[in-house]
Amino acid sequence: MATNLTKTDVVIVGLGAVGGVAALPLARAGLRVVGLEAGGWLNPDDFAPDELRNNVRGWPQAVQKANREIPTHRPHASAPYSPRPAIHPMMNAVGGTSLHYWAQSWRLNPWDFKVVSETTRRYGAARIPRGSTVEDWPFGLEDLEPYYEVVENEIGVSGKAGNLNGKIDRGGNIFEGPRKHEYPMPPLRATGFTDMMAGAARTLGWHPFPGPAAINSRTYQNRVGCAYHGYCNRGGCHVKAKGSTAVTTIPKAQQTGRLEVVTQAITTAINVDASGRVTGVTYLKDGTEYFQPADVVLLAAYVYENVRILLLSTSRAFPNGLSNRHGQVGRHYFSHNQGAAVTALFPRDINNWYGLPAQGVAVDNWADDNFDHSQLDFIGGGNLWVYSDRRPIGAANMTTFGRAPRWGSEWKAFIKRNADRWNTAYLQKTTLPYEDNYLDLDPTIKDPLGFPVCRITADYKDNERKVATFIQDKMVEWFMAAGALATEKVPIGTMGPTTHAYGGTRMGDNPETNVVNRWGFSHEVPNLGILGASVMGTSGARNPTLTAQALAWRTADHLAKNWKTIAD
Amino acid sequence: MPDQSPRAQLSRRQLLKRAGLVGAAAIATPIGTLVPSPSVAQSPAQAQGAIGRGQALETLTAVEAETLQAITARLIPSDANGPGALEAQAAGYIDRALGGALASSHDAYRSGLAAVDAYARAAKGKPFATLSAADQDAVLRDMEANVASGFVPDASTFFNLVRAHTIQGTFCDPYYGGNVDFVGWDLIGYPGVRLAVTPNEQRMDPKLTPTHRSAYENAMFSRKRPGRASREDEMVRWPRT
Repeated sequence: MATNLTKTDVVIVGLGAVGGVAALPLARAGLRVVGLEAGGWLNPDDFAPDELRNNVRGWPQAVQKANREIPTHRPHASAPYSPRPAIHPMMNAVGGTSLHYWAQSWRLNPWDFKVVSETTRRYGAARIPRGSTVEDWPFGLEDLEPYYEVVENEIGVSGKAGNLNGKIDRGGNIFEGPRKHEYPMPPLRATGFTDMMAGAARTLGWHPFPGPAAINSRTYQNRVGCAYHGYCNRGGCHVKAKGSTAVTTIPKAQQTGRLEVVTQAITTAINVDASGRVTGVTYLKDGTEYFQPADVVLLAAYVYENVRILLLSTSRAFPNGLSNRHGQVGRHYFSHNQGAAVTALFPRDINNWYGLPAQGVAVDNWADDNFDHSQLDFIGGGNLWVYSDRRPIGAANMTTFGRAPRWGSEWKAFIKRNADRWNTAYLQKTTLPYEDNYLDLDPTIKDPLGFPVCRITADYKDNERKVATFIQDKMVEWFMAAGALATEKVPIGTMGPTTHAYGGTRMGDNPETNVVNRWGFSHEVPNLGILGASVMGTSGARNPTLTAQALAWRTADHLAKNWKTIAD
Repeated sequence: MPDQSPRAQLSRRQLLKRAGLVGAAAIATPIGTLVPSPSVAQSPAQAQGAIGRGQALETLTAVEAETLQAITARLIPSDANGPGALEAQAAGYIDRALGGALASSHDAYRSGLAAVDAYARAAKGKPFATLSAADQDAVLRDMEANVASGFVPDASTFFNLVRAHTIQGTFCDPYYGGNVDFVGWDLIGYPGVRLAVTPNEQRMDPKLTPTHRSAYENAMFSRKRPGRASREDEMVRWPRT
């Protein structure tokens, strides 16, 4: 029997990138918030510049709760399972994956909110790929803009605006939607290599610009600027320059005295009463089961765990899982088309030894609908991103471009010469939801507590594969314009567990096809809100975190402003 | 303290080769000194085995260690381009890691290293470590191409495992026992761990002097070194109910 705790106003399941953001507007509005976090606190001295530990062995993910519940994957319902990865891409800690993420903090482009209507208007409805369940968002970029701005200010985002109230600035992204204000900090510094790449993009007539990052480019809100030491990628920040929620919104919420952080708390169920309203959350901590009653529950445990907790929270009112009367929990799943990279070999050292993945130069000319698709057989596109980031084990594991064997003296001579002469671009591409790409509970694989893990059934479709081919060609063009000797295209890969997962609890006005309404609250459970990229219906050609954070702030803000309606 | 220079290690190794000292009969692995490890129950041969700077073997037997070391020495050879995996003590790194973070690979090494020797005997008439460099390379090529028999599940899987771990042991932070004297980082021109990097250090051709420091030589991290065992690092323990 669970130990009953004192009732609180709001309980947030997961104090990561989105739960950690939502806590702040709630606490500031005077609500009492309990934040349940499966991990613990980490500090700057936990984040040693150690490639073997961080990047090879997958610390800090490797030792986490999430790692005991890695989703299984199969491309389609009758296909065999893919090999299960050894390490979950996400981590548990106060701050969650925002501790060790790349911190690229993009707003979506206007098109991403209106894929269906804009595609139909410009090219005809027949251009929506067959089998896709994509819908327009229930609102546009302009509705989310104020929330993007408040999050950019609270966590600290550096960057350069390309569209200030409709005025285009070629120093930033000319394709972005209008912003009310400039970024709170200037962009991270350029490097010799990113300057070289930016110059090459201009010779092609493209529009390079520095990308936005939740990383301080100078001292901001009492946190120092980035040290550019090269271990940001899958490592936390040793100087708190990275705007993880653990060093930004969570401590600010704690300062109000109204956020209680409960660490090492493993949520096992969201509880409901006979009328189908949420009553609180059941969790395990140190071997004891607790029930935390609350007027409102916000689920913020990442895409896979959001879906799993809902499906595991069965009751008389919701026999098929919480908020799942329409069978929509787990549907409209997609994992970002992050594979299909391009690697280039240059004729000289490019000094990529220091820096971070967020310190780079972007090209958005081939993203979304920023170019004419009339003569093309796909919709959407990709963002091209090159950056300065290299560590020795990764450098030694470089591809040899077919120019050397994989070991021995000849290989050794090759890596001695070329370890600092290669670069891999990160190409994020439009991914759409489809009828037969979904999440559910695995029928056989269980976590150590005996609960089924999440199962991914998903594969890239024609549209994603065509986008990948198109974007890789563009990237090859860019690298060659910068003087590359050779390029190599990386395969697209599978849609297994990823850091860029979307859907499963999609947001939309139609309760037949969406789990949450336009404010992020369940269509079926009025006092249950869901946070994270699981509510997003399109990916854009971008990292999802800032959009998920803006949506989380918006949901929390809506809750605070409509407390009596939602909580009573 | 024995002479640990690469030349000294190489010459001792070659000396042993010429002398035909092999397997369990060897008085020691080709490099290092004899330091029995009191904490691990070992056969006499194991107790004599040592890889690296006077450190006792932690997981491998002397025979296994000798074979492994010979493999690593061919994967990243010592040659005109400088020291390789032998000087980096990649085999010592692997031996230690197999008792910790790489423990799940220990069985693969036990059976894989035995299979390497068995295949070497079958194909070339001698255990791997005593073959000429050319014959060792031929065995490794057969493993890489997955035509070498006797491996579970197959030869290329074991080849790729050892290759990955040899690269780790040659290019990791020296804290883990590999990349000794920073030979791996110097080979590829990594200028080393710097906790703060200046704008000029990110321009082309910055002419940086290698720092030659382990991350854990920095005071802020030295108190929280990763544990040697695989689970010592854990911040979250799965709740038992």
